[in-house]
Amino acid sequence: MKPPVFDYIAATSTDMAVAALAAAGGEAKIIAGGQSLMPMLSFRLLRPSLLVDINRIPGLAYIEEADTCLRIGALTRHFQIETSPVIARHLPVLSAAMTHVAHLAIRNRGTIGGSLSHGDPAAELPMIAVLLDATLHIESVSGQRAVRAQDFFLDALTVDLDSAEVLAEIILPKLPPNTGWGFEEIARRHGDFAIAAVAATLTVSDGSIRQARIALTGVGPTPVRAAAAETLLIGHALENKLVESVARAVRAAIAPEDDLHASADYRRHLAGVLTDRALHAAWRRAQGEP
Amino acid sequence: MSGTRDITVTVNGATYPVSVEPRLLLVDFLRHTLGLTGTHVGCEHGVCGACTVLVDGDSARACLMLAIQADGRSIDTVEGLGRIGQMNALQESFHTHHALQCGFCTPGMLMTATDLLQKYPLATDDDIRRGLSGNLCRCTGYEHIVRAVRAVVDKRKAAP
Repeated sequence: MKPPVFDYIAATSTDMAVAALAAAGGEAKIIAGGQSLMPMLSFRLLRPSLLVDINRIPGLAYIEEADTCLRIGALTRHFQIETSPVIARHLPVLSAAMTHVAHLAIRNRGTIGGSLSHGDPAAELPMIAVLLDATLHIESVSGQRAVRAQDFFLDALTVDLDSAEVLAEIILPKLPPNTGWGFEEIARRHGDFAIAAVAATLTVSDGSIRQARIALTGVGPTPVRAAAAETLLIGHALENKLVESVARAVRAAIAPEDDLHASADYRRHLAGVLTDRALHAAWRRAQGEP
Repeated sequence: MSGTRDITVTVNGATYPVSVEPRLLLVDFLRHTLGLTGTHVGCEHGVCGACTVLVDGDSARACLMLAIQADGRSIDTVEGLGRIGQMNALQESFHTHHALQCGFCTPGMLMTATDLLQKYPLATDDDIRRGLSGNLCRCTGYEHIVRAVRAVVDKRKAAP
């Protein structure tokens, strides 16, 4: 239960961090908040030769508002996101999701870049990134590239990030006007990883749905966007019959597995129930109710 | 290649220039290097909350941080809250409300509650329960811990 031996560099710039990663030839790991990495080191699931600490890089933790999006620095702590008035105003579904992320001591340290790079199959932030069509900016010694969140999560704990790359910035488009949101999660204990969670947004005008987004976590190796279920909502007002068919489509779109915490059948059941609740909440909020 | 590094850490207001191996956990540094055994080691992987301390005023799991990362930082442990005969208001409240039995989780509960009290209004008992949900106690059933924190919140409201 103690980490193995490793060398350690406290990077003071992103350039310095990516240079150290490249020089280590795949043997280095970045440590940001360390809230997922440290247990993996202590269990010796990972044995990197070098830890590149990015906590001391100035200017990597920020929440900036642009015209159509918010830009979040990878080192921004969960607690900053949870309590940001800018995020509460433009992406309230993210603020709501943050209250389900672990516990205060972990939210004080854990970072958005770390959570996305770790790619836990039951975590909230990967699901919100997929829900909101986030763009992830990645840096390495060979330059920069951008990846859509949809394409970033490849498998459980596996993301489109090379061992010499660092996730630097997350770009989240603001919700359009007249958009309501819902976030519903079931976990055994508050702050635990989700057994299943559903987030949804509905953009409504003249009494019918113009845009619908539904994302799930905890129901497969990666976060899921239920595209076929979303399509069923377009052009309609939300009513119970419609929600039933959308929930059926969501259940059909996922392939959950059994584990210690819940059976696959229970997860599939929850996916439908939570979709129902999240859509109703989103519909109410789209009408201006709190 | 991974010998020791020189760091300077402030713990409960006192500054310690020390030499540490990079892999040394902050909690082991506090207990073994400094002899501050008030911070307890429970699960060693961030689940039980027993090792919670404050890092620059914010609660953090001392088993999920390396000592070397505390270079230049200020750490507060349970030893800094008060002493026997001079306990702080939260410690007194734990005493009054019988909020501990074996005491193993207590340092983590106190440090977590300290941060909760400075960051959240804790308007309801549910808020307190949710705030403490990352700290495991196997003795009390939590009821008395919630009451102890509730009493501090209420006292603050009465005398702002």
